[in-house]
Amino acid sequence: MDALDLARLQFAATTIYHFFFVPLTLGLSILVAIMQTFYYRTNNPVYKRMTKFWGKLFIINFAMGVVTGIVLEFQFGMNWSEYSRFMGDIFGAPLAIEALMAFFMESTFLAIWLFGWDKLPKGLHLASIWLAALGANISALWILIANSFMQEPVGYVLRNNRAEMNDFIELITNPNVRVQFPHVVTSGMVTAAFFVLGISAWHLLRNKREHQDFFSRSFRIATVYGLIAIVLVILVGHSQAQHMVETQPMKMAAAEGLFESEDPAALSLITIGDWEQREEVFSIRIPRMLSLLSYNQLDGEVKGIHDLQAEYEETYGEGKNYIPPVALSYWSFRAMVGSGFLMLALAAVGLYLILKDRFTSNRRFLQILIPALLLPYIANTAGWLLTEVGRQPWIVFGLQRTEDAVSPNVSAGMVALSLVLFTLIYGVLMVVDVYLLGRVGKQGPGDDESTEDDTEPVLVTA
Amino acid sequence: MDLQDLWFVLISVLFIGFFFLEGFDYGVGILAPFLGKTEPERKAIISTIGPHWDANEVWMITAGGAMFAAFPHWYATLFSGFYLALVVILLALIGRGVAFKFRNSEANPRWRQYWDWAIFIGSLVPGLLWGVAFGNLINGTPINANMDFTGNFFDLLNPYSLICGVAGLAVFILHGALFLSLKTDGVLRQRAEDLARKLWAPVVVVSLILAAANYLYIDIFTKVGVNPGVIPIATGAALLSVGYFVHERQYGWSFIMMGLTIVLALVTFFWFMYPNVMVSSTDEAYNLTVSNASSSDYTLEIMTIVAVFFVPVVLIYQGWSYWVFRRRVTVEAPLEY
Repeated sequence: MDALDLARLQFAATTIYHFFFVPLTLGLSILVAIMQTFYYRTNNPVYKRMTKFWGKLFIINFAMGVVTGIVLEFQFGMNWSEYSRFMGDIFGAPLAIEALMAFFMESTFLAIWLFGWDKLPKGLHLASIWLAALGANISALWILIANSFMQEPVGYVLRNNRAEMNDFIELITNPNVRVQFPHVVTSGMVTAAFFVLGISAWHLLRNKREHQDFFSRSFRIATVYGLIAIVLVILVGHSQAQHMVETQPMKMAAAEGLFESEDPAALSLITIGDWEQREEVFSIRIPRMLSLLSYNQLDGEVKGIHDLQAEYEETYGEGKNYIPPVALSYWSFRAMVGSGFLMLALAAVGLYLILKDRFTSNRRFLQILIPALLLPYIANTAGWLLTEVGRQPWIVFGLQRTEDAVSPNVSAGMVALSLVLFTLIYGVLMVVDVYLLGRVGKQGPGDDESTEDDTEPVLVTA
Repeated sequence: MDLQDLWFVLISVLFIGFFFLEGFDYGVGILAPFLGKTEPERKAIISTIGPHWDANEVWMITAGGAMFAAFPHWYATLFSGFYLALVVILLALIGRGVAFKFRNSEANPRWRQYWDWAIFIGSLVPGLLWGVAFGNLINGTPINANMDFTGNFFDLLNPYSLICGVAGLAVFILHGALFLSLKTDGVLRQRAEDLARKLWAPVVVVSLILAAANYLYIDIFTKVGVNPGVIPIATGAALLSVGYFVHERQYGWSFIMMGLTIVLALVTFFWFMYPNVMVSSTDEAYNLTVSNASSSDYTLEIMTIVAVFFVPVVLIYQGWSYWVFRRRVTVEAPLEY
């Protein structure tokens, strides 16, 4: 592997790892804020215990998101200096604004919330968790504005050997971000919902009397929250895919394994390509379905990989490959959509059982919800794989190729070393994080009002 | 003043804020294993920065983001050039950041000990390396006509930059001791005050070595002559006044003057750097400056509007967070959740 491949691998590894934690931060911050709002309005102590218990898990996850995020802030300059030089005029601004507008807000108010239970008036304390949640989600907005520029460059002009911003409003109202941002935020909510459902299900299965009320309430809130969110994820995702057909047809063709253009286009249920990923070997398809999904009507051409390659050669230069890794794009898309619909089904069944008041007794369903905790993680990761892999060979669509973006003076040996080191520390931290989430999650909430620091009594004997 | 200069100043301010705030965080992280004889003592010491370290670190992240936005070439050259040094800093910050949250999640003393070491190393390593990095910025590094760094990791570990690193580290430790003398009570406060008094003289010695090294290695100092100007002299005076105030046991004033020392030292640094943002030791013509490294005026205008509105807001609520947690921390009542 050369320095470029290693730099790509490192970016993929550190970004995917970072995004294991981010969606839960986005969604759970809001959910915890909702729980605390219930407490504020009803004064029912069970909501305070809920806020504290889920808040504790939130904090463990949040720490991981923060520290892995610093790597990303630096990595553009470290591994992608040519990209930073060429795109910095546009791409740097949303990153700087994200730090100034969101990171300060998120970190400051989260700390105030966390340490401030007995130090602030109740209303101000409630406001601080909402501000932290708002900060987290604003941070998602700015980083997605930056990413959307890479998908669909707008508001720029090519000048002085680089891309320069010439319309900030166009940059921040990028049509791509209008679909991408809601998709990511609602996926975060779904992640939080299934996180809470999985852990609640585990406790409900144990059938401990003192936790029954606590976890059935959590279960109900999470089901409603999750169901609303997953419906939105799918609806927005649909618009997003339609937008992709329009702006990044190659990504869609790869995601569909559509080698030849079709009108009307059929939807692939399963496609197996040849080794080079250039020809279809076998596939099962639903006629007209892809046209319907793309244009909301039964016909309309969806372009295939080969036609698009010819088109791009004409626009961007002959003799270069404009085809992303097809198999990875295709299977990522299916993993994401498949997990999404599975979650929709689970959330719908959950709501049905709640309405029938049978969810605590349906052991089979509760058992399914525990491994279902992995579904949002699969969907989140696969979604980003499609978004980033499907854009290749471009780092910024149509403007700069990934191979031209890498730091020329960072050697393969240096990247290999950093990749090994990051992998090692991330591996260790993943074990610790899962262990802690598991232990705190299984331990359940404290039994009385004071859940402050239930590890403290143990310490005295230790 | 044109926009490039304004952004040079703003980025300087972000770094100054970062070193003022995170300086005592690093000091606290380094001192915790020594000032805290027992686990509850260490817990109390670390809890003094519990609600603050993350937001303090955001100053650095914002400085990095602002460099990217306002001076993309500075960001690209620095971050790709100092690659391995930054990897080490990142690994240290990752371990340290999770350690603050994870250490109290288990009662097992062994567990807490491990994380305390992560906090110690995670504070010591960047506390040292930031100084090394800044030393290299002003001392100059091999940079070619394409603005790319052509040296290697070991080029960065030159005597001058190592002196900068050690001086920075010494200053952060004293800053941390002074912070703890204000934020703790009882036996911890006693120990922090005693340590601050003992640390002052060594910090002065290291600073004198740095001052001498400046004249030995850095061209601009030899050019300005024995009278380097009012700001560097004020820096020295501020550090000397810390000695007076710790002797008089006025720790509030000591902390303020220590903070002022950090601020003025960095003002000196940026003052002497200007208009360069990176000095090339290969050829002066290859220096990165505020004009050849910057973004377009349009981007700088947008960023200025954003900064004018949000920087004061951030200062207000971050300041308020120090007010909320203004009480001294004791072993019996650490700051916790």
